[in-house]
Order: sequence, then C-alpha cells, then structure tokens
Amino acid sequence: MTDGLARLGAWTIARIARIGHGARFFARLLWLSPAALLRPRLVIDQLHFIGNRSLSIIAVSGLFVGFVLGFQGHYILQRYGSAEALGLMVALSLLRELGPVVSALLFAGRAGTSLTAEIGLMKAGEQLSAMEMMAVDPMARVLAPRFVAGVIAMPVLATIFSAVGVLGGWAVGVLLIGVDPGAFWSQMQAGVEVFKDLGNGVLKSIVFGFICTFTALYVGHEAQPTPEGVSRATTTTVVASSLAVLGFDFILTALMFGAD
Amino acid sequence: MLRAGGRTVPHPDAFVSFDALQFGYGGRPLLRDVTMHVPRGEVVALMGGSGSGKTTLLRLLGGQLRADAGTVRFDGVDVGTLGRDALYAMRRRMGMLFQFGALFTDLSVFDNVAFPLREHTTLPEPMIRDLVLMKLDAVGLRGAASLMPSQVSGGMARRVALARAIALDPPLLMYDEPFAGLDPISLGTIAHLIRALNDALGATSIVVTHDVPETFAIADRVYLLGDGRVFAAGTPSELRASSDPYVVQFLHGSRDGPVQFHRAAPPIAEDLGLPR
Repeated sequence: MTDGLARLGAWTIARIARIGHGARFFARLLWLSPAALLRPRLVIDQLHFIGNRSLSIIAVSGLFVGFVLGFQGHYILQRYGSAEALGLMVALSLLRELGPVVSALLFAGRAGTSLTAEIGLMKAGEQLSAMEMMAVDPMARVLAPRFVAGVIAMPVLATIFSAVGVLGGWAVGVLLIGVDPGAFWSQMQAGVEVFKDLGNGVLKSIVFGFICTFTALYVGHEAQPTPEGVSRATTTTVVASSLAVLGFDFILTALMFGAD
Repeated sequence: MLRAGGRTVPHPDAFVSFDALQFGYGGRPLLRDVTMHVPRGEVVALMGGSGSGKTTLLRLLGGQLRADAGTVRFDGVDVGTLGRDALYAMRRRMGMLFQFGALFTDLSVFDNVAFPLREHTTLPEPMIRDLVLMKLDAVGLRGAASLMPSQVSGGMARRVALARAIALDPPLLMYDEPFAGLDPISLGTIAHLIRALNDALGATSIVVTHDVPETFAIADRVYLLGDGRVFAAGTPSELRASSDPYVVQFLHGSRDGPVQFHRAAPPIAEDLGLPR
C-alpha cells in the first residue's frame, strides 16, 4: 500500500517535472524566435524544407477533400432543394474546420516527423553537442528557425488547402453534377465572412502551427539518441500532435463558433 | 613524474586542472577522486578502459556536465562557477573533436569549417573563404571543400572536424577517441596532425583514447584512469618502464591481470540451472 502510494507520488512528480520542462522549452523557443527572424536566411531555408516540400501533399489532399465535399454536400443539399448553396457549404467546411485541421494533421505527418527525425539524429550524431562546444546555442541556431518557419508555414498551407479544396468542390459540383456556377460562387461570396470564417480559420491554423512544430522539435530534442529512440520519437510526434490538434480544435471551435 | 596508485601533484603552470573531482550518473559514481593537471603547450593523453570516465572528463571541462564535488579549472577559472554567457565565452577558446567527427550533415565540408567563423566573427566572406581553405589545407583536405559529409570517409570526416575545431585557433584542443575505427593510414595521419597542430598553434591538447602505440608516440604525458581515479601518470617512457600490474596489463592488452575478463556474476552452473 505504502509502496503503491510512493510509486504514484513519484510518477506524479515526474509528470509535473516533465510538463515544466516542456513549458520551459516552449518559453525559450518563443524567447529566441524574434532573434531567429533577424537571420532570415536560416528561416527561409526551413520554410523551403518545411513548407514547400509539404505543398504537394497539402494541395493534392485539399483537392480530393474538395471533390468529396462536392459530392456529399450536393447529396444532402439537393434533398432540401438547396443545391445552389453547395459553394457556401464547401467554403465554410474548409475554411472553418477541414482546412486548418486536415492540413495540420498532414503537416504533423509530413513535416513534423522529418523535423523530429532530423533533430533526433543530430542529437545522436553529437551535432548538437558539437554546436554547444563551439559556443553556439543549438536552440537559437537550429530549433528557433525551424519553429518560426513551422508557425509561418502552417497558416499558408492551410489556406492553400482550403483554396484548392474549394476548386475541387467547384469541379465536382459545377462541372460534373451541373450546379449553377453563378449560384455556387455568389452564395459563397455572400455567406462567408472574412473575419469570422476566414480569420478564425487562419487563427486556428496558427495555433496548430505552434502545436505541431513545438511537439516535433521537443520530441526530437528529447529523443533517446539511438535508432530505436528516434524511431519512437517520430511516432510520438504524429500521435501527440494529432491528438493535440483535434483537442484544441474542439476548444477553439467552441470558443469561436459556440455562440452561433 | 610517475605516481601509480596515488594522486598527482598539481602543477603551478597547469592550463587545465582537475582537483579532487567527483561525478556520477544518476547516483552511480563514475569519478571518485580525480586529480590531474595539463601543463600549457603539452599533448596529454587520458587513457583507460571503456566506461572509465574519460569522455566525461572532457564534458566536465567543457561545462556540459557539472561536477558533484571538486573543481575543474581552465586557464585558472573554475568552470563549475561559470554562468551561461561566461561558459560560452570560455568554449570559444576550446576546440573539440568528437568521436565520429559530429559534422553537420546538412552543410558541405567548407561550410562545416566556416561555421564557427561565421557564428563568432564578422569577417567578410572572402576572408572566411581564405581561412577555411587554409584550415582544410592544414589537414590535407582543401580538395574536398565542396563535398558533403556523406561523401567523405570516416578518416576524412575526422580531419574535417579537426579543421573545424581549429578554425578559431583555440588555445585548448580536446580529442574524444580520435583514432576509433580508423584504418592504419588514417590513424597515423590523425596522430601526426594532433601533434603537428598542437605545436604549430602553440596550443594545449587533451586526447582521450585507448590506442597505446599511436598515443605514446605523440603524447608528452599520459594519465591512466580506472576505478574512478587516476592510478598512474607519467611520460610514455615512464609508463612503459612501470611494473604496476594494471599499467602492464593495460599497455600490453593482457587478458590476465587486475582487470578481470568476467564481470562479477553468480556461478554459470547456477545461471544455466545445472545440478551442482
């Protein structure tokens, strides 16, 4: 009984210490981020690595999600004689939810894992230690530029996802099914509010950018410096990022749209 | 100055000194009482079995680890008392060669060597280029400047890392197992470079290694570590003349001696479940 309590206490203390460690890591990343912007070359390199290389998977996924929204949306709306509202439905679905959430999940799988593996392997290869011994702070030189690039790339990718998705919905709804193009675009134009729908969607994706990039960098930095440790860390990145994105999406949606 | 089984006497001209140092990982003591000094301008080798704490000593000297007790001094300054900024300022006066080079895999050989210069100086790019080519030339790899780390051999990677370590002309050079896994030619080249660069730069070098012949050929002084302490120290010729059983076993790589082949364990019959 006493042993069990002691173990529970030790476990609780360890968890609290870990949360504190993670919070300090996050605060330090935030603190170092402005300085990273003063070295734009480093951030641009990472934007290319994180953003550009995620572009194809984001665009293709957005297109197919748009296709499916076109079909499913039309199926439901035509029952109520509102097929011309398809454009509005596709745009709101993408801008408010699917754009930020799906692109964040794809980001975690594509860019997050590569960031974790890169940092984990740099640690395993003593590159981070070497940098420290050269009096260069790896947090400032390696992690902060990646963090800034991830936070910048995420809303851009989410916006591209939504834009391509709308085109996918248009292709299926207008070109394939035959919804009136004027109604498709005008309903969208009339129903989408810039600040409420687009703005909140972008805000969500910025929050997801913080979550996914921080998780990837932290997990990579704390990875055991072995092949097994790095492998486990990449899995942890996807699982933790995805769950955090979904959880935060619920909270943000409740805060942003709960009163509608 | 051979002191087998006892402490070495601190030297007034010590550039680096460890005094009554104690350190352990997770409550498991590794260094129990290490006292030694590294005189200015010398090549000093730290030798000992795997897990004897040699690399840990380098990390304590670089301030990546903090001692549990005792002091580590670099050029008269107690490393353990330094804050972050002072520690980083101190590290600019140190060059370290890691066991497998630790080159930055996303940078070319040239950019690896240029890295400390770009981070710590405001030199114009043409001057950095000249300095990098000179450093690479010193290790015989000027012709490999444009290659990526994945395109060079293990020995070459070690030499590139050496060029990077001397980029800022540090007064102290530290080598962590510089000979591990190298072919005889690369091994001889690295050993020659350690001695030649130390003398050319007027630096002080600490070499952590197991390799007896190459180390004894270049070192001014050797410390043998074991059981968490320095158990023998002296010049290579003094150690070769030693009759201390541990020194004799280590230098000749003998299986029989004070260091047992078998780790302490119950009788094998018991582990295999055989009747006695």
